[in-house]
Amino acid sequence: MHPIRKKRLTIVLFLLVGLSVAVGLTAYALRQNINLFYDPSQISAGEAPVDVRIRAGGMVEEGSVVRDPESLKVEFLVTDYSASVPVEYVGILPDLFAEGQGIVAMGRLNNEGRFVADQVLAKHDENYMPPEVAGALEKASQAETKSAAENAKPATY
Amino acid sequence: MAFDSFAAFVSMEGHGPYVWACYAVFFVLMIVLMAGSVRSRDATIESCRRRYELQAEKSTVAAAPTTSASFARVNVSQD
Amino acid sequence: MWQFFHKLGSPKWFFGISTRFMPWLLMSGILLLMAGVVWGLAFAPKDYLQGNSYRIIFIHVPTAFMAQSVYIMMASAALVTLVWRMKLADVFVKAVTPVGLVLTFLALFTGAVWGKPTWGTWWIWDARLTSMLILLFLYGGVIALDRAINDEKSAARAVAVLVLVGVVNIPIIKYSVEWWNTLHQPATFKLTEKPSMPAEMWVPLLLSVLGLYLIFGWLACIRMQTEILSREQRTRWVKEFVMKGKV
Repeated sequence: MHPIRKKRLTIVLFLLVGLSVAVGLTAYALRQNINLFYDPSQISAGEAPVDVRIRAGGMVEEGSVVRDPESLKVEFLVTDYSASVPVEYVGILPDLFAEGQGIVAMGRLNNEGRFVADQVLAKHDENYMPPEVAGALEKASQAETKSAAENAKPATY
Repeated sequence: MAFDSFAAFVSMEGHGPYVWACYAVFFVLMIVLMAGSVRSRDATIESCRRRYELQAEKSTVAAAPTTSASFARVNVSQD
Repeated sequence: MWQFFHKLGSPKWFFGISTRFMPWLLMSGILLLMAGVVWGLAFAPKDYLQGNSYRIIFIHVPTAFMAQSVYIMMASAALVTLVWRMKLADVFVKAVTPVGLVLTFLALFTGAVWGKPTWGTWWIWDARLTSMLILLFLYGGVIALDRAINDEKSAARAVAVLVLVGVVNIPIIKYSVEWWNTLHQPATFKLTEKPSMPAEMWVPLLLSVLGLYLIFGWLACIRMQTEILSREQRTRWVKEFVMKGKV
């Protein structure tokens, strides 16, 4: 390669590396601001500020959804399978909201550690499948846990 | 076919407006982009042609009096 | 190899060869895109969770993927402009920037319309959506910078520097969903793993991605030809092409 071109190439690559390092460090320093939401373990560890508008995200715990029969009020637990946070919300939930489904809620954490949400968004994962397949998978996993439970039973005696 | 009828296909179980709006905007913008690209290429060719014709006219006008000169003056393109 | 490289840099050679490829690019591109879209809209099964709204994926993913690939191609061309001063590389950058802008806009628009029924919001300032918006501004910035500088050579260099600086945004877009908490889900397609959707969903998606890629190839060729014609109008071969219709 021509020496001038070699020199230009080195300068350009050097600048690019420098720039990437700078951007990388900035993003690392701001990581908590770039994160869209706090997860339940962070909230229960006290990392999230109280009474400041923040977002909390995680899975809606199975069997935790309690709907008020007279109003649109809903209470549920948001979990990341190591900690969970109680959430209350008044309003219409997105179609995808269900137990075992991911959500991101916006609102404030009160002094009792309850999250009072004013907006709830549904978060879905990267898996797509036809309804029949999803149904079959569900059945299979239920059968598995059932048989696992049956197999486990004799061992306890 | 994932739908039972054409009406079901259009309504998409209530998601129709969202899905069709996306596809409409996509196709409109793509067609505008493609047609625009073809047209700007044609326009460039046309403007070049006009330029060359203008140049050719100028050079024949400039060359006209020289034909009366007795010297053999050959018009050789210099480019 | 270097000889090939130099030949590749010749606008005349490119003009001739691209004219031969363009009809094929356009035909196969439209065919594949339409096949993917029709299959995705009418024949692919609906999603167990999102129902039919997920059918937006068959244009959302191709436009988002192309928006990023176009930028990577532009950055490679910008490197060539800065190091080798190859004219054709700069022609490429100028020709495809508006295409990239439109594709990025489409990715954001389809994403917003998809977000409303699934997430419950049109827009959220999460890392993926924000970095994609920055990409849109980068494309806009490149166009603006190019228009602002009159001298062709200085414009080429300034644009190349801006494009290269902006390339750091691409890994941020790609990995935003893994590095940070976002509302946007991680990628369905990964190089190393099987796609996390069944074949009757990912095959049409792949078709429309390929189709859009080929249509982009056609767009790049025709727009580069336009740029070459206007830049090289003083040369003899352009004159011959314009007056006689062949290269």
